[in-house]
Amino acid sequence: MTHSILGKTSGPEAIRPELAQPGSELPPPPKARTLSRPGSTSLRFGVTMLWLSLIVLLPLAAIAWQAVDGGWQAFWLAISSHAALEAFRVTLTASVVVTVFNMVFGLLTAWVLVRDDFPGKALLDVFIDLPFALPTIVTSLVMLAVYGKNSPVGLHLQHTPPGVWVALAFVTLPLVVRAVQPVLLEIDRDVEEAAASLGASGPKVLTSIVLPSLLPAVLSGAGLSFSRCVAEFGSVVTIGGQVPGKTEVSSQWIRALIENDDRTGAAAISIVLLSISFAVLILLRVLGGRTARREEKAAA
Amino acid sequence: MKSLPWARYLTRYVVLAYIGVMLILPVILILWRTFRPGFGQFYDWISTPAAISALNLSLLVVAIVLPLNVIFGVMTAILLARNRFRGRGVLQAVVDLPFAVSPIIVGVALIVLWGSAGALGFVENDFGFRIIFGVPGIVLASIFVTLPFVVREVQPVLQEVGTEQEQAAATLGSNWWQTFWRVTLPSIGWGLTYGVVLTTARTLGEFGGVIMVSSNLPGESQTLTLLVNDRYNRGAEYGAYALSTMLMGVAVAFLVVKTIVQLRRKRARQA
Repeated sequence: MTHSILGKTSGPEAIRPELAQPGSELPPPPKARTLSRPGSTSLRFGVTMLWLSLIVLLPLAAIAWQAVDGGWQAFWLAISSHAALEAFRVTLTASVVVTVFNMVFGLLTAWVLVRDDFPGKALLDVFIDLPFALPTIVTSLVMLAVYGKNSPVGLHLQHTPPGVWVALAFVTLPLVVRAVQPVLLEIDRDVEEAAASLGASGPKVLTSIVLPSLLPAVLSGAGLSFSRCVAEFGSVVTIGGQVPGKTEVSSQWIRALIENDDRTGAAAISIVLLSISFAVLILLRVLGGRTARREEKAAA
Repeated sequence: MKSLPWARYLTRYVVLAYIGVMLILPVILILWRTFRPGFGQFYDWISTPAAISALNLSLLVVAIVLPLNVIFGVMTAILLARNRFRGRGVLQAVVDLPFAVSPIIVGVALIVLWGSAGALGFVENDFGFRIIFGVPGIVLASIFVTLPFVVREVQPVLQEVGTEQEQAAATLGSNWWQTFWRVTLPSIGWGLTYGVVLTTARTLGEFGGVIMVSSNLPGESQTLTLLVNDRYNRGAEYGAYALSTMLMGVAVAFLVVKTIVQLRRKRARQA
């Protein structure tokens, strides 16, 4: 069976299904065919595939078609122009900075949510998902209210790279937290206690037992965060302000190209961004699959 | 593992400070900015003709997107959960695909497919049915980005409940529709509810995909999120904050529903 790109279907804990852990597939469906009476399976498969093709596959195929339509030369020119390269640089720098930041603080937050206990923790847990629920343009304005020209905290980040970073850090905040949290909940604490009783110090237990078992989850959250950063548009438009070479990210550059009616250029940049997202997600898939297999072997 | 008390408190307060600065402070600030001039002014800004027509358009888009996603989503979920067939893995991958695509790229894809110079440009050129820069474009972009939600929420529930009750109903002589309506639908109720909430919230909040394919004309093709952006660009910052606060209400409603669904699932599992 081919694996789906984004991992298993979401469990109840995942507010957005992309948070679901890669690597573990749902069990194969039972053979019973109670609900398959009207029309055969192949007919309903056909109808579903037709709908998905019309909505998803045809538009994406059109991008590929448009990108190669002008020939390899035009494609290369579009993705290697100065403005395109600057936009890639700004996008990738921001994505790396924000993802590293998320790995550290996401891990800490998940730790506190699972292992610590204090009044208001449940509320904090609900609040973590706010960035997913907030429309991206609202996020952009919220960021402006805090870090814009009337900043009450004295931080003026509008039209600066750190302005883009805080906006991206806001929208991707839940990703690492929600990837690590379920794994941390499942971890067998007996092993930690055994290590401690054999004389291992707190930091030693943390670095040689807890962190290694959390690493796959942290990496999977980091991958999702990176690919969301590469794709993000709405939350950075007003706070970033599209300053070329400083805050203009690739998705803004694509929009500028479309507005200048350079559809081939826009399609070419889109292909590059899509390739980055897919590469990251497939990498996660492979890593997740490997960890799952190792766990199976350990359990057997 | 016994953590040192000071380390425990240090991590707790670092995390609280992080969430406080990153999440809570911004939200409080925007609420304060919105309501400081009084509730009357807030109401005036969200009830201008442009705001009302944007709200109507956004609701119209939800009214078109939601039924389509529910029908095709439940159908796809049943197909994936109840059948083994060649191409099942491919189908699952295609369902997941929209999550990996940037909204801006969704916009580009729709323009190069349906635009007047696009691959299927004849629909607009020969039949005069305008898709890009009109409501159909907004609807197509919204369906694209919300397509996985219903499938993703309903499919695991279907797999969990199994087929025993459906088989029992079939044995007792109920036809396909009766089985679906009386047995299957009630059992996927909460999963479907959550899928519907996710779809609605995302459709109302979608910006990147919509800005690409809309002509952004007030009263015609300007949704709520586009109006927020438009007001900000025209310097009407307060108006943009007021609408943002209104949209934040949707986000809060979403979090409330999500919490309820999670609590019910936990209780159902324990029972």
